[in-house]
Amino acid sequence: MTQLVIIVAYLGLLLLLGLGASLLFRGTSKDYLLASHSIGPFLLLMSLFGTTMTAFALVGSSGEAFKEGIGVYGMLASSSGIIHSLCFFILGIKLWSWGHRFGYTTQIQFFRDRLQNDGIGLLLFPIIVGLVIPYLLIGVISSGIVIQSMTGGAFPELFPTSNPGTHGGVPPWIGSLVICCIVLTYVFFGGMRGTAWANAFQTIVFMVLGIVAFYAIAMKLGGQPSFLENLRVCSDAVSHEKITRIDMSKTKFLTYLLIPLSVGMFPHLFQHWLTAKSASSFKLAIVAHPVFIMIVWVPCVLIGIWATTSLVPTKPPLPKISGTDIINANAVLPFLVKTQTSAVLGGFLTAGILAAIMSSLDSQFLCLGTIFTGDIVGHYVGNDRLTDRKKIWLARGFITAIVAVTYGLSLLPQRSVFGMGVWCFSGFASLFPLVLAAVYWKRLTAAGAYASILTTLVTWLVLFRQSGFGQDRGFTVDISVGGVTYETMPVLTIFLASAVALVAVSLVTRPPNEQTLARFFGAK
Amino acid sequence: MRYLIGIFLLLLLVLHQDNWFWEDDTLVFGFIPMGLFYHACISVAASITWFLATKFAWPRGLSDGEEASQQGSNT
Repeated sequence: MTQLVIIVAYLGLLLLLGLGASLLFRGTSKDYLLASHSIGPFLLLMSLFGTTMTAFALVGSSGEAFKEGIGVYGMLASSSGIIHSLCFFILGIKLWSWGHRFGYTTQIQFFRDRLQNDGIGLLLFPIIVGLVIPYLLIGVISSGIVIQSMTGGAFPELFPTSNPGTHGGVPPWIGSLVICCIVLTYVFFGGMRGTAWANAFQTIVFMVLGIVAFYAIAMKLGGQPSFLENLRVCSDAVSHEKITRIDMSKTKFLTYLLIPLSVGMFPHLFQHWLTAKSASSFKLAIVAHPVFIMIVWVPCVLIGIWATTSLVPTKPPLPKISGTDIINANAVLPFLVKTQTSAVLGGFLTAGILAAIMSSLDSQFLCLGTIFTGDIVGHYVGNDRLTDRKKIWLARGFITAIVAVTYGLSLLPQRSVFGMGVWCFSGFASLFPLVLAAVYWKRLTAAGAYASILTTLVTWLVLFRQSGFGQDRGFTVDISVGGVTYETMPVLTIFLASAVALVAVSLVTRPPNEQTLARFFGAK
Repeated sequence: MRYLIGIFLLLLLVLHQDNWFWEDDTLVFGFIPMGLFYHACISVAASITWFLATKFAWPRGLSDGEEASQQGSNT
């Protein structure tokens, strides 16, 4: 019950923050969607970091380390530290500059203008929405799971289950619904400013609570008087497989490097970039992002590998995936917090996990509303015919519809939804050649862009089908050279196909006109 | 300096593929597995590289634009 009270208090605080941001609302669509380009370095760092760190940062990192060992840090965290900042540096600043100069609010507006082609927006819109929805689902579903496991035992008569770990906990359909409503409310009223404020607050919450939980779990598992001694005892108990990468494919590890390039094409990050007050606002985010990832991930990875040791009490047992004997890796962190720390800390950490989830959901909801309003309704009905008030209400209406659809989908059986995350990132990462070429390659043509997007779509669909529609989480594209088989992530194949199609078709089609090039790249 | 930062970045990407520590089970400071410690250092090195990039390879034209836009918004 203590956990539930803390969670409710936290969610109430978040609502107040969103409503507080709405007091500064200037009544224009530019303010609602881009916070009037007023976001400074600190808020930009926190909102970019909070947005890129999903539920996967806390729950998934410890869960994956539990299954795969320490290699997960190099595969997902240190690579992201290098690549995310690279995207902010080579794409974010440039796109902010053009967005500021030409008045963009979405990336589709940019592509239409840069390629002088209207249809590119119609092609990109369903692909972007289709790739963002699984990403949203991960957050909505995990929030329900986390709330249920952390409130287990609170209402045994009201919400009985056969699983001892979840018995009496608030069921996922209620937990997910509450989270959707909270995020919807502060996005609805606070717009981008509310989202940025909430992101900054939630990022601080999940970073601080992650470290506190790490300390508390180490002290309890180790059983020694000093913190350092406990760290040594815990790590000493971990098996050779988990503290090395002997079970991990080196080529799979290498090709995973392409996954973080997805940040370059995330529509919600594009929108966050545009909120920056100045180009200099990016500096702090670019520099601090890799270290921030380290601060969150290293403790979580250590907790994940410690959970594989005999130091974890056998009673109660680690939670299993419903109907199977497989341990639910994603429940490892909530389980350890609940069983190895106090109820108060458990409540706060749940708030921290929910913070990580919501800090991504809000940006994604807002971004989809913006795309719909600007790129579809505004573009085809005519932006001049729509008042600012109408635009804001259209965005709010579409956001509400997307939240309703996502929530509805989250109620369907989605056991492989975490595996969907990698497929969603692979899709965005494979569109990276398009945005890179649009920013730096004058010879890019609209036909080349179409070829790249369609090739990505087809290759993605073929490989996704081969993986059993995401059911095979270990799916790789195996390449045999000289009798040796190399495992590669599907993203490598899709990315290369996309890049080759883009370059080849651009080179054989008519170059873009000089006027457009001069507008973006200056006169010769 | 821009080229030097480009080289640092490429070096980071090469060093990221640390085949040499793949099976090393040393616990640095008695508790951090070598592979994890090494990649945490990669994260710190990435931050340092990006700090150098913002100091010495910051796009100049944008700074001018930024000042202009700020003046514009003040008027």
